[in-house]
Amino acid sequence: METDKTQVRVENVAFSYRAIPVLIDISFLITRGDFLAVLGPNGSGKSTLVKIILGLLPAGEGNVTLFGENVRRFSQWSKIGYVPQRATQSGTLFPASVQEVVSMGVLSKKRFPKIFKYRDRKAIEIALERVDMSKFGKRRIGELSGGQQQRVFIARAIVNEPEILFLDEPTAGVDASTQQRFYEMLDMLNKEHDITIVMVTHDVGVVTKHVNKIACLNQRLVFHGTHDEFCSSHVVQEIVRGEHHLVCHRH
Amino acid sequence: MENILSYGFMQRALVAGLAVSVTCAILGLFLILRKDAMIGHGLAHVTFGGVALGLFLKVSPILAAMAVSVLAALGILKLKEKAGLYEDTALGIFSSVGMAVGIILVSMAGSFNVNLLSFLFGNILAIETFEVWLSLGLTAAVILTVSLCYHELVYLTFDPESAATAGIKVKRLEAVLAVLSAVTVVLGMKVVGILLVAALIVIPSAAGLMLAGSFRQAMVMSVFVAVISVFAGMLCAFYWDLPASGSIVILNFSIFLLLFSVRIIKTRVIRSPNADHILTEHEPGVNK
Repeated sequence: METDKTQVRVENVAFSYRAIPVLIDISFLITRGDFLAVLGPNGSGKSTLVKIILGLLPAGEGNVTLFGENVRRFSQWSKIGYVPQRATQSGTLFPASVQEVVSMGVLSKKRFPKIFKYRDRKAIEIALERVDMSKFGKRRIGELSGGQQQRVFIARAIVNEPEILFLDEPTAGVDASTQQRFYEMLDMLNKEHDITIVMVTHDVGVVTKHVNKIACLNQRLVFHGTHDEFCSSHVVQEIVRGEHHLVCHRH
Repeated sequence: MENILSYGFMQRALVAGLAVSVTCAILGLFLILRKDAMIGHGLAHVTFGGVALGLFLKVSPILAAMAVSVLAALGILKLKEKAGLYEDTALGIFSSVGMAVGIILVSMAGSFNVNLLSFLFGNILAIETFEVWLSLGLTAAVILTVSLCYHELVYLTFDPESAATAGIKVKRLEAVLAVLSAVTVVLGMKVVGILLVAALIVIPSAAGLMLAGSFRQAMVMSVFVAVISVFAGMLCAFYWDLPASGSIVILNFSIFLLLFSVRIIKTRVIRSPNADHILTEHEPGVNK
């Protein structure tokens, strides 16, 4: 049910790629304070759904509303933070320093011509501190490990203090202990900084220890509800198979 | 030095050459980091068609080439988007068609125009005053555009998807970059010729990337490499009667090799003083 806490409304969204259905009739709400995991097997349309929500792909059918505004006309981008699956296409060669990468996030709240001021530099420092990367400010992004790079991209996504943060497979290729600390950091952003988090992942086992809501996709939305509802859902067992037992024991 | 500057043709060549080298280096950095390095090569082929059209219609070959090159650059973007092609495929189609049109026009003209040779191989020493002003004007336009859109261009180059979610008009900015590339190719054509213009865009920027620690450093270094190469190339042309275009490209490549070697030495022999402080994946948790 829609309330004044609703930040994202996905309504009957469908998407096909060259006549092959990727998403069918997806509807759900994301409300303030949610830590939502979007789960599903490979090819279930998780990343596509996030791209449609963010306006990066046009929905074939249906509507997406961000903060009450249709995504096609949405302009308050500083309320949104996004960490894509592959955050850079240039790899280790790209000459940007960590500070330069985080400064990119500031652009969404600036008008043309975009000039950086003292308060922007301060915001960049604070964002780097929050992800424990402040001592790497001058370092070239390509010199950092995968886990460190992800932190920098989180810093870029939160530098404007967004109200909602989208992450697409943020822990892909990152080792287990780094993943654990990564999820703790997201917990902190969600609980202490009141940032709604939407995370695409296929890592059921780890994620459900931290999230409070789960959306399970397999072209259709097969489940959307709380962690406890997820644990008691028989439909979900079909999707997550043997991992289901594991995820229902929170620590 | 005094001798060089006492000749009008050398003054014109230096002014135009240095201006164009700066433009190529700045834009080249964005292009190679977007993995669009070959756009210079492809658009140069298209430009051949534009030059041939200009000569055939007896209008300014540079202006004709510019119009054709800009249209082709925008066409490549559209073809890529509408036909769902990779950029290099769209580029391959346009460059082949451009070259084919050029060959047909040259054939229809009845003789292989001597002017066309100067565009193919470059002849900066024969640059005219009008072309110098055109180079300066367009270089100023390119620098102004890049300065005004600098942060957006860097973001677009680094991560186009996230740039879109920051409210940056990605398609519009890509079109701006395509138009700037087309203009730059035409300017570079006069300096080193159609066949070598891609080198002017790619090599200084690649050299700049060897040692730079930030985007701004890379840009400054690229410009520095480009300016030194063009200046030294002209000295070679003047004092040793070598072709300016070939000399400029070989000097660019030599500086690239030098910086590449420095990078290898730096990486292998000199250990970064901060290396010990690089956090492993197991560093302590996050700030709260």
